[in-house]
Formats: sequence, C-alpha cells, structure tokens
Amino acid sequence: MSVHNYLYFIILPVLMLSVLIIFTRFLKGPRLSDRIVSFDLLITTGVGIIAVYSIITNQPPFLDIALIMALIGFLGTVAFAFYIEKTKKK
Amino acid sequence: MTDALIIGFSSLGTLFIFLAAVGVLRMPDLYLRISVTTKAATLGISLVLIAVAIYFDDLSITTRVSAIVVFMFLTAPVGAHMLGRASYFAGVQLWVKTRHDDLKGKYTPNHHLHSKEEVDRDEEEALK
Repeated sequence: MSVHNYLYFIILPVLMLSVLIIFTRFLKGPRLSDRIVSFDLLITTGVGIIAVYSIITNQPPFLDIALIMALIGFLGTVAFAFYIEKTKKK
Repeated sequence: MTDALIIGFSSLGTLFIFLAAVGVLRMPDLYLRISVTTKAATLGISLVLIAVAIYFDDLSITTRVSAIVVFMFLTAPVGAHMLGRASYFAGVQLWVKTRHDDLKGKYTPNHHLHSKEEVDRDEEEALK
C-alpha cells in the first residue's frame, strides 16, 4: 500500500471522524466555554488535515495556510477568554 | 524506510488527535476537557507535521514545520490557561467528584485579580 493511498483512505477518514465528534461537542456544549474549547480543537485538527493534504497533493504552500490557521485559532481563543473574563458570561 | 516512517508518524499523530476528540466529547467537566485539548492534540499535530517534514525532505519545509510545531507548543498552554482562568472566575462549576479545589476561597467574585486578604486590606484602607 503506497503512502498516498494510506493517507487518503485511513488517515483522512479518521481525522474527519474526529472533526465530527468534536463538532457534536460544539453543538451540545452546555456553556460558552465548552464551545470555545471544542472550537480550538477543531482549528487544531484542521491544521492536521491541511498537513496531510499537503502530502497527498504534493503542495508544500499549504503549510503556510496551516501556520496562519494556528495563529488565528490562538487569537480566537484569547479573544473569547478576554470576552468571558470581561462579561462574566458562562 | 521513509514510507514506513511517514506512515508510523502520521498514524500515531492521528491516533492522538482521535483520542483528544473522544476525550473532549466524553470528559465530564470543562477543565478536564481543556486538559485533553492542550496535551493530546498538540502532540498529535506535532507528530503529523513531523511526518510532513520527512515526506518533503527539504530545508525550507522543515523550517516551516518546526515553526508551526514551536508555535503550537507555545500557544496551546497559554490559550488553555487564559480560558480556564476566565471560566473559573465566570463561575463555571467543577465536576461533582472533584477531590479538592486549590483556588477555593482565595478569590472574591468582584475583585478576582487580588487575593481575599488584599481585598480586605484595601477596603480597610478605604475606610480610614
């Protein structure tokens, strides 16, 4: 089994399953904080999916987008934490 | 050989990401969920990115990959700590079976930046 087939038929489906599981927590999450945690994990998993995809399509520039996505995820988490701290909203 | 390394690293990384996903769904408490997110997912992403670096075998891509890994390792604990701190002060409850809470009684709801003794001292000084 070649690397491309392995990544395409095993790794990517497992990552997609993880995204679905995290998204159920995003929908269920009883409080705003739970949704922010799952949002952060969604972004992180997205970085992994982009990395695997850059191997499959043989396109290294995708990694730049992964870096920017990690940055945006961190900024989003910090901004939401600041929002929770200022408004005292659960 | 290279193929085996790529398959091994990407499988391990994906396994950790999947475990983080299951943990974030199954853990009973916000703080336990934060703990899962910041450890397992960071390790998983790092392993997947190492697989990418092995696949391309190029100095510029290895530099990019290590930049992403270092960035994740630096920012994940910071973001998790900020979120946990803000949630604690906003009054998110701990799990019912939590054994002990180190921050209990040390902070007052409205002066959460100081300890309770400091708030009492400030109020006494204001009365004088």
